[in-house]
Amino acid sequence: MATLVGRASKQALLRAHSSIIHQKANLSFKNLSKGKKWAVAAFGTLTAGGVGLAVALNTAVLASDLTLHPPKYPWDHAGLLSALDRASVRRGYQVYKQVCAACHSLEYMYYRNLVGEIMEEDEAKAEAAEIMVVDGPNDQGLMFERPGKLSDKFPKPYPNDEAARAANNGALPPDLTYIVNARHGGENYLFSILTGYCDPPAGVEVREGLHYNPYFPGGSIAMAQALYNEIIEYDDGTPATTSQLAKDVCTFLRWVAEPEHDTRKRMGIKAIMIFTVLLTSAYYMKRAKWAPLKTQKIAFKPR
Amino acid sequence: MKSPLRKTHPLISVLNNSLYDLPAPMNLSIWWNFGSLLGLCLVTQIVTGLFLAMHYNSNVDLAFYSVSHISRDVNYGWLMRTIHANGASLFFVCIYLHTGRSMYYGSYLAQETWNIGIILLFLTMATAFLGYVLPWGQMSFWGATVITNLLSAIPYIGKTLVYWLWGGFSVSNATLSRFFVLHFVLPFVILALVVIHLLFLHETGSNNPLGISSNVSLIPFHVFYTVKDVVGFIILLISLTLICLFSPNLLTDPENYIPANPLSTPVHIQPEWYFLFAYAILRSIPNKLGGVIALLMSILILMLIPSLHYNTMRSNSFYPMNQTLFWTFLGIFLVLTWIGKQPVEDPFIWIGQTFSTLYFMYFLMSPLSSKVWDFFLFSQKS
Repeated sequence: MATLVGRASKQALLRAHSSIIHQKANLSFKNLSKGKKWAVAAFGTLTAGGVGLAVALNTAVLASDLTLHPPKYPWDHAGLLSALDRASVRRGYQVYKQVCAACHSLEYMYYRNLVGEIMEEDEAKAEAAEIMVVDGPNDQGLMFERPGKLSDKFPKPYPNDEAARAANNGALPPDLTYIVNARHGGENYLFSILTGYCDPPAGVEVREGLHYNPYFPGGSIAMAQALYNEIIEYDDGTPATTSQLAKDVCTFLRWVAEPEHDTRKRMGIKAIMIFTVLLTSAYYMKRAKWAPLKTQKIAFKPR
Repeated sequence: MKSPLRKTHPLISVLNNSLYDLPAPMNLSIWWNFGSLLGLCLVTQIVTGLFLAMHYNSNVDLAFYSVSHISRDVNYGWLMRTIHANGASLFFVCIYLHTGRSMYYGSYLAQETWNIGIILLFLTMATAFLGYVLPWGQMSFWGATVITNLLSAIPYIGKTLVYWLWGGFSVSNATLSRFFVLHFVLPFVILALVVIHLLFLHETGSNNPLGISSNVSLIPFHVFYTVKDVVGFIILLISLTLICLFSPNLLTDPENYIPANPLSTPVHIQPEWYFLFAYAILRSIPNKLGGVIALLMSILILMLIPSLHYNTMRSNSFYPMNQTLFWTFLGIFLVLTWIGKQPVEDPFIWIGQTFSTLYFMYFLMSPLSSKVWDFFLFSQKS
């Protein structure tokens, strides 16, 4: 408060006499000569044209580019301050387990990751117990099978990449842990792939064993359409339309790729609040400390 | 009267003379904040890097897995990782602005400080490149393959040099291990060089926007510049927070979320944004050795700037033509950054070649234009 009063009074005391001529920046084009006006206009046009050309080149659609770019969908979690829809993540897990897991792994996921996120501990334990895991060796030095535990990883659909290729016409189904981050367009791309299957346009031939999908680079994808209306029955009774299934599994895969998603945004809100207070205080302090220097008068009195 | 401890203690007095009682010009603008911001970036990178190194494994079979483990299982590992990855980008924003300020205001005339600064720029680029290889994603592997292969352009010893660098006949486990070791050690070399950079800076004192001697009006570094630097620190931390906590993958290539696969080459291999201008210059020369020389020269040419300075006045504040040239140079830098991201096909090839030529021409045009301006200003007197 004292600083404010001090600054206000100082500013009044230090107000320059009206007879003093101030040097001001002159940004008006009025006083420029005709030649300079032309030069400025030419420079401006050239710069704007260059930027326009760069933008046009950057967004150009080439005839050779046959891949359809996915549109942007209004994901619930896309906002800066939006959390993941946990019910959707849980439904997405059901879609993954009953449809996708037949071919795709989640190599970096453990059953313990489900606890407190989309399931209670007992539910997750029961979920893990549904699989059989090879463990050992036991006291006799033999490997044995046991029901899964929370500390176990999600099971892989194939023992190795070769087996996966052999079962899929030579194509390797990618691991889905980071698939949302590993593709340009993220969830939009995945949703478009899952719902974008259609008949190839006239003149486009698709090799046997492949399927036409305009969103996939090249248009031919080894994975057949996997999601159909009512292919599964949701536990929570949500109608399982194709788009609902795709939306839920994409939300689930966003959570899988970024389990910290909600914590991250929550931490961001807190950090911004703290930094706003700190910045305001620090800036005020800076102004207060510099005020005497910034408002000083230096007089030159030649004798 | 007894002198305060900060002036008498042998160790504290050194810090006092560098950070507390240091006489500093009173008219330093906001562009002078980037030195201290770079210090903050370096400390942030070293601290987060140490925490990451505790859990990282530099084996080709485990590297990707260990990075995933850090992000998923280690307490706040994801935060350390995102700060470290995005902190590197912020480091380069600050280092480019710091270099640009020195070019604009003629700070390069403190030649020792300038030369150490360029070595620091080189080392920072090397460290960032080595660090980008460590997650062992697709772009890590192929980026390492492309960049290390550049050495093979050196006549006679090139191929041997590349094999020696790799520790084998391809980018492999030995390469990853040594890259990790170098990435760990280099920041401490940078830290030592920063001390030397400051030592030389304090020999001559800071430049200022007018480029004239500051000896007539000096103020103590503390409290004036410490409080100003704190404001800068908070703004930098806010920027880092916004990127790390609201859009952590904004500057990340999706390819690097796929584990490295030597049998599958990505469609577009490109470095991080901060190397794109140099990458565009490299690709603009149709000859491999020529491209590598142009790449090196894109940074080394900075060392020539003090030798080409014949201006009567130090700072560009008094040279309107040079100011226009400088901002045009910034435009050229941005266009090259954009070109580095585009596929190698027309019209991007000729745009890249044109702007690479313009990039190097700046270093010739700038001293010429200041000479012309000096002629107009001072020829009547002489």
